[in-house]
Amino acid sequence: MKCRVMPCGYADTVTRRGLQSALLLTAALLSGCTPQGNSFFTPGGPVAQSEQSHFFVIAAISLVAILPVLILTPLIVWRYRRHGGKGRYVRDWDYSRILEMGMWGVPVLIVAVLTMQLVRNTLELDPYRPIASEVEPLRVEAVALNWKWLFILPDHGIATVDELAIPVGVPVAFRLTSDSGMQSFLVSALAGQIYVMPGMATRQVLMADRPGSFAGRNTQFNGRGFAGQRFVVEALPKNDFEAWVERARDAGHPLEAGTYAVLAKPSSGSEAAQALGASIDRPLRFAPVQADLFTTILHRYMRPGGAPPTGTPGAVVHSKTNGMPPGHAGTHGATP
Amino acid sequence: MNDFVGRLTWADLPFAAALANPTPSALIGAGAAFLLVLGAIALAVILTATRAWSGLWRDWLTSLDHKRIGIMYIVLALVMLARGVIEGALMRLHQAFALNGGGFLSEDHYAELFSTHGTIMIFFMAMPFLTGLINIIVPLQIGARDVSFPLINAISLGLTAAGAALVMISLVVGQFSTGGWSGYPPYTGIAFSPGEGPDYWIWSITLASIGTTLSGINFAVTIYKERAPGMTFMRMPMFCWTALCVAILMIFALPPITVASLMLALDRTLGFHFFTADLGGNMMNFANLFWLFGHPEVYILVLPAFGVFSEVFSTFSGKRLYGYTSLVAATMAIAILSFTVWVHHFFTMGGSAYLNAVFGAATMTIAIPTGVKIYDWMATMYRGRIRLSVPMVYAIGFIMLFTIGGLTGIQLANPTISYQVHNTLFLVAHFHNMLVPGLLFGMLAGYTYWFPKVFGFRLDNRTGYATAFCWIAGFTLVFFPLYAVGLMGMTRRTFDYTVAAFQPWMTVSAVGGFIVILAFALLAAQLVVSVRQRARLAVPAGDPWDGRSLEWSAPSPPPEWNFAIIPQVDDRDDFARRKEAGIFVARNVTYEDIELPKNTAQGPAYAAFGTLLGVAMVWHIWWLAGASVLTLIGLVIGRSFQTDLTRIIPAAEVEAADRAIRRLQRETPATGRDAEATFANRGRALPEMAP
Repeated sequence: MKCRVMPCGYADTVTRRGLQSALLLTAALLSGCTPQGNSFFTPGGPVAQSEQSHFFVIAAISLVAILPVLILTPLIVWRYRRHGGKGRYVRDWDYSRILEMGMWGVPVLIVAVLTMQLVRNTLELDPYRPIASEVEPLRVEAVALNWKWLFILPDHGIATVDELAIPVGVPVAFRLTSDSGMQSFLVSALAGQIYVMPGMATRQVLMADRPGSFAGRNTQFNGRGFAGQRFVVEALPKNDFEAWVERARDAGHPLEAGTYAVLAKPSSGSEAAQALGASIDRPLRFAPVQADLFTTILHRYMRPGGAPPTGTPGAVVHSKTNGMPPGHAGTHGATP
Repeated sequence: MNDFVGRLTWADLPFAAALANPTPSALIGAGAAFLLVLGAIALAVILTATRAWSGLWRDWLTSLDHKRIGIMYIVLALVMLARGVIEGALMRLHQAFALNGGGFLSEDHYAELFSTHGTIMIFFMAMPFLTGLINIIVPLQIGARDVSFPLINAISLGLTAAGAALVMISLVVGQFSTGGWSGYPPYTGIAFSPGEGPDYWIWSITLASIGTTLSGINFAVTIYKERAPGMTFMRMPMFCWTALCVAILMIFALPPITVASLMLALDRTLGFHFFTADLGGNMMNFANLFWLFGHPEVYILVLPAFGVFSEVFSTFSGKRLYGYTSLVAATMAIAILSFTVWVHHFFTMGGSAYLNAVFGAATMTIAIPTGVKIYDWMATMYRGRIRLSVPMVYAIGFIMLFTIGGLTGIQLANPTISYQVHNTLFLVAHFHNMLVPGLLFGMLAGYTYWFPKVFGFRLDNRTGYATAFCWIAGFTLVFFPLYAVGLMGMTRRTFDYTVAAFQPWMTVSAVGGFIVILAFALLAAQLVVSVRQRARLAVPAGDPWDGRSLEWSAPSPPPEWNFAIIPQVDDRDDFARRKEAGIFVARNVTYEDIELPKNTAQGPAYAAFGTLLGVAMVWHIWWLAGASVLTLIGLVIGRSFQTDLTRIIPAAEVEAADRAIRRLQRETPATGRDAEATFANRGRALPEMAP
């Protein structure tokens, strides 16, 4: 689409562009070019499934108010154009009671319908509300570090970095916090995101209803390693999941205060593995895990006397590459 | 030495960084700094060579004329727009190559770019643009000679310019924040960002936000107190109504950001714990304060454009504005509702489902008055005689694109959808979809529409159409792909990505970035072409578009005092009605002396010492900070001892000027709308006749 002048006049061009764009967007959505496991447009569980359907239902209802604008505006411009337009010119016409009622009434009705949908959907997909299921949920404690995620399975005594396996068909109940800055936990194909902050705990629920590998990431910018801060959620059949837990138990390093201090420094998952002397080719796995690690992390910010930068593992003072404050390193793009 | 320049060192110059480590990213940073320095030197040389310094000082910098202050605001906005679009296009270009770390910018540099781009576009492009437009037009539309507080107006401009200067200085000395335009702690706190970056952000925002609060007070009082006799509230042009709502929003919404940024400064500089994770600090409070400002801010940005579009639709349809009362009610409703929805910026922060539902529903409600406005503009065109002038192209492009943005806005108002697309490029596409058509197109339409009023000649049409077309096409190409990749799961602010399916979309988006750059270049070209042809494009009689409101009754450019005789207003579209009835000013009028404010150096002094204060606070140069604050306070005290503040334009001079203007207006041949875009249009309109 180049910048060119069309003979039929600008209104027509502008109009066509608007419609083209709308179609382009719709086509993008429907063509299925979304990579599997990356987005709620290829949902892997009921929560993301509902969110996808909300997306389309809300759009469809809204179109009742929006389509008339997209269709009528070009028609009006065409019909009432100064040169050759067929419409009757009424210079002082500026009010119509019927039109006025429609203009206010229709949006009010649509918004009323949308609001009912919104309230119902929001209460139904509350991340604090457990997923109704006969199966006992898998408990996962997630800790956001710079720039990686630590997943603790307290009932299994294992922990992993940037990789989490969950059994298919079993609800997963997350408790999340951060031992760095503010981050946001998103596994789009399974459920929407939830923020995590140091000293605070949030919750999230999700469930996979098919096996698959689902991309997860932090979506809240948190510095140098942000773009690479990705993780994978593997939804496995029950037996495979148990085998995965066993492998983690066998291969794991113990996770206690000393190991955790190394892990929590600003680094990527593989940099952390290197620092801990583990293989950098696969995600870090820990077993056994210090009991109450999650609570310890959560409470470190509530102690009297506070948590100074030197006591905050995500802080810049711990970073190898950012050892000096950025301003003094002259980092106008100088960081490799 | 160290105490004298605080924590500033030679290594803070980007040239040093580029020499030490010449990566493409560092070279781009150094190149930008070099261009800025070169531009400043070139400007100084040109001003010296043409001996323009004294004229610049006397006629512009120290002037208290609301029109000149408004023009300076818009010049500032256009300069910052240049930097903003280049930064935006640079990010889009980088992303086109950034699959698996393939881009040419470093991670830090990319973060700095999205932070400066957002900060500049909101605070130093959009805000000065709309403030400038309101400054110029509102007094003319309500029949006033100036704003209520001309000095405060100059100080507002000075503070805004100081903020902009800080952002520009950060290009040359040190580094700007990498924490985004919203500057959320704890990332921008001392533990995670100990450098000067967030301080640059804090002080530029603080200075500009104080300036804007003062502007809000000024505009509100002007509209309440300076209206011409007969100009009741319900006779005001829509642009004045939107300006009034904006002024009220500025008064109530800007203080939270001033407070939030200063609290963050206390955290960073004096070890306070407002927003830290420990010792009772709470980062959520920053998010609340920020969006308590941030959401009304959205309407501060969009409402003036709504005002411009209302004028444009009505003028270029040759028709009264449809549903004036509805539009007033809708504008007011939007202004009030804008304070009730801020939580929708963080549905994902883990608030209770009931909280999210209430704020989601409140957000949805805003769609009602906004929808009414769109329908009213359509009904204004309905039964009109539509001329597809350049402002009208922007306006129609706006209706179509903004409505699509409205659709995605309604989707985002749903917490369950926000959970998914928050922090993705879908969100980025949405707010650009609101702000590019909804703000920038409006400002550019207003610029094109009122340019002849302010400068006395029209802007060239051909380059104008090309510019508008490239903005619309460029915007569409840049941002519709972002909707798609956002839904495919691409997060915002990522400097690279690993999903190959994103890349084709990012390539299209980068092409759009080039078209936007082209649009900006054409905007500059249009100005050059028009200035060259200014004699032929001149519209001295002042009414090139068959305008409907009072400003078009004044000559172009208007005299310093706007109106020799304060007009008496009897109708909503008073000027249009008078033209239709063939009634003009009564014959036997008596002219009186006009009192105007004298020039003062207070405005530029506030800009200079505000900038110094900012630099001092950023670099911890405490003696300079103290000296700047004392000077700023001293300026106010000093001013209060001055008594000779006004000058008198004698009645005879006013009369002579006014008679000359009236003769000119009488003798100018009237042109119909067919000849509107031709050189025959000298600014006296033959009104469009009903059949």
